[in-house]
Amino acid sequence: MNLSIMWDAVPKLLAGVPVTLQLVGLALLFGFALAAGVAWMRLSASKLLSRIAAGYVFVFRGTPLLVQIFLIYYGLGQFQAVRASIFWDILREPYWCGVIALTLNTAAYTSEMIRGGVQSVPHGQIEAARACGFSRLMVFRRIVAPIAVRQALPAYGNEIILMVKASSLASTITLLEITGIARRIISQSFAVFEVFIVAGAIYLLINFLITRLIRYAEWRVTPHLRRPA
Amino acid sequence: MNKTLASIAAGMALFAAASVVEAPAAHAQTKVRIATEGAYLPWNGMDASGKLIGFEIDLSAELCKRIGATCEVMAQDWDGIIPGLQSRKYDLIMAGMSITDERKQVISFAGPYATEPTVFAAMKGSPLLALNLPTTSVDMSEISPDEQKLIDQSAAAVKGKTVGVQVSTIQQNMVEQLMPGVEVRAYDKVDNMGLDLVSGRIDAIVADRSAIEGLIKAGEQNKDITKFGPAFSRGVLGEGVGIGLRKADTELQGKLDKAIKDATADGTITKLSTQWFGYDTSIK
Repeated sequence: MNLSIMWDAVPKLLAGVPVTLQLVGLALLFGFALAAGVAWMRLSASKLLSRIAAGYVFVFRGTPLLVQIFLIYYGLGQFQAVRASIFWDILREPYWCGVIALTLNTAAYTSEMIRGGVQSVPHGQIEAARACGFSRLMVFRRIVAPIAVRQALPAYGNEIILMVKASSLASTITLLEITGIARRIISQSFAVFEVFIVAGAIYLLINFLITRLIRYAEWRVTPHLRRPA
Repeated sequence: MNKTLASIAAGMALFAAASVVEAPAAHAQTKVRIATEGAYLPWNGMDASGKLIGFEIDLSAELCKRIGATCEVMAQDWDGIIPGLQSRKYDLIMAGMSITDERKQVISFAGPYATEPTVFAAMKGSPLLALNLPTTSVDMSEISPDEQKLIDQSAAAVKGKTVGVQVSTIQQNMVEQLMPGVEVRAYDKVDNMGLDLVSGRIDAIVADRSAIEGLIKAGEQNKDITKFGPAFSRGVLGEGVGIGLRKADTELQGKLDKAIKDATADGTITKLSTQWFGYDTSIK
């Protein structure tokens, strides 16, 4: 153990935190929007839409994220048609390939959480709301959404934490986020143990803050479970 | 809150305890484990069945015979190859590893047993090729004014460009130290670097001559990869390729040094090199 290597690594690794947070943040943002669409398709009355959504979830949940990243980054770049298309401006950048892979991956998991949340809403409550003259949108906003969010939030918190850790795989496509920088420092100092301990501690700290935020969010959406003051 | 902190501390302690470095084991010189990368032909690689092949695999068999040891060669990813040696997963590294001052701070080397120039490559039609840089060799151990001019010319050519290197290689050092203003992308494997050059994500790559020639020959899609500029050697690129070993293994180092010297003198290395590279990489 070389403490001075560890100490020197701290500022260098912290410089990778913004990239990690950006990757995760953008992927969660785009991923949630996509997941909402996929969940809507999955729950729609159309068999075709439902099948397409189920197929998407099956493929992206059933294959390793590393494989997805490689296919999107190295795989797509091999086709002349892709390189000639307007998408190449985005796909040629490792950063956007990382964001796309993480987005597609998290959207598959998140859509299932949304579906589970929506389906957990008791029919009786929807019927009661309709009977009171709520419009469909109102039913969704006042009845379905609050119950579904409450139901899905713990699982979604897990997903956020998993995403922070999964973002480390972006280092395999030359991105210099926390793990990418750690690998670069190791390539110069050969101090695997020291550098990865610091990198691990940074991930731990990020996830510590995230778990706190999730716990706060859960507290906010479950007033009925709180003891009266 | 205190409880949380205590649980974090306990977790960290467990983590540290689990990874205490192994105590030094007794030396068993008769059985030697050698690590290679297995993705760097003709130095070392794998055939279709996953068997390790290459110049260094054949050379290791030859050297082991000469030091009277039985050897086992195993594949190990490049970026963990020195840490693996330190943690005693194997005893020697023969993976096209150049002897550099940086590496000598953490491990020792026997040899060098071979050397190869470093060259740049770009795709046919690239403006870099149109510059028609001289292709002379540049020995950077003592840089003459003419050679300095060549280095400066090359540096000016790649300035502002995106250049691919294999992570933790002498080429990465060379670009970062001698060629400021280059956006360096570090790849885990030479093959992946080739994929990005062909797809146009990067403007140029820099690697050992044989690695680039191997890449060009690897498939139809790579046929437009073209070498350009001077052939660099020595200086920041190190003194040649040697066998990496732990600093404590001085006896083994002595034996290997002698075996390499003998194998160089009697033409064995030249023979193996011609067989794998098509030219002589032995140390003259």
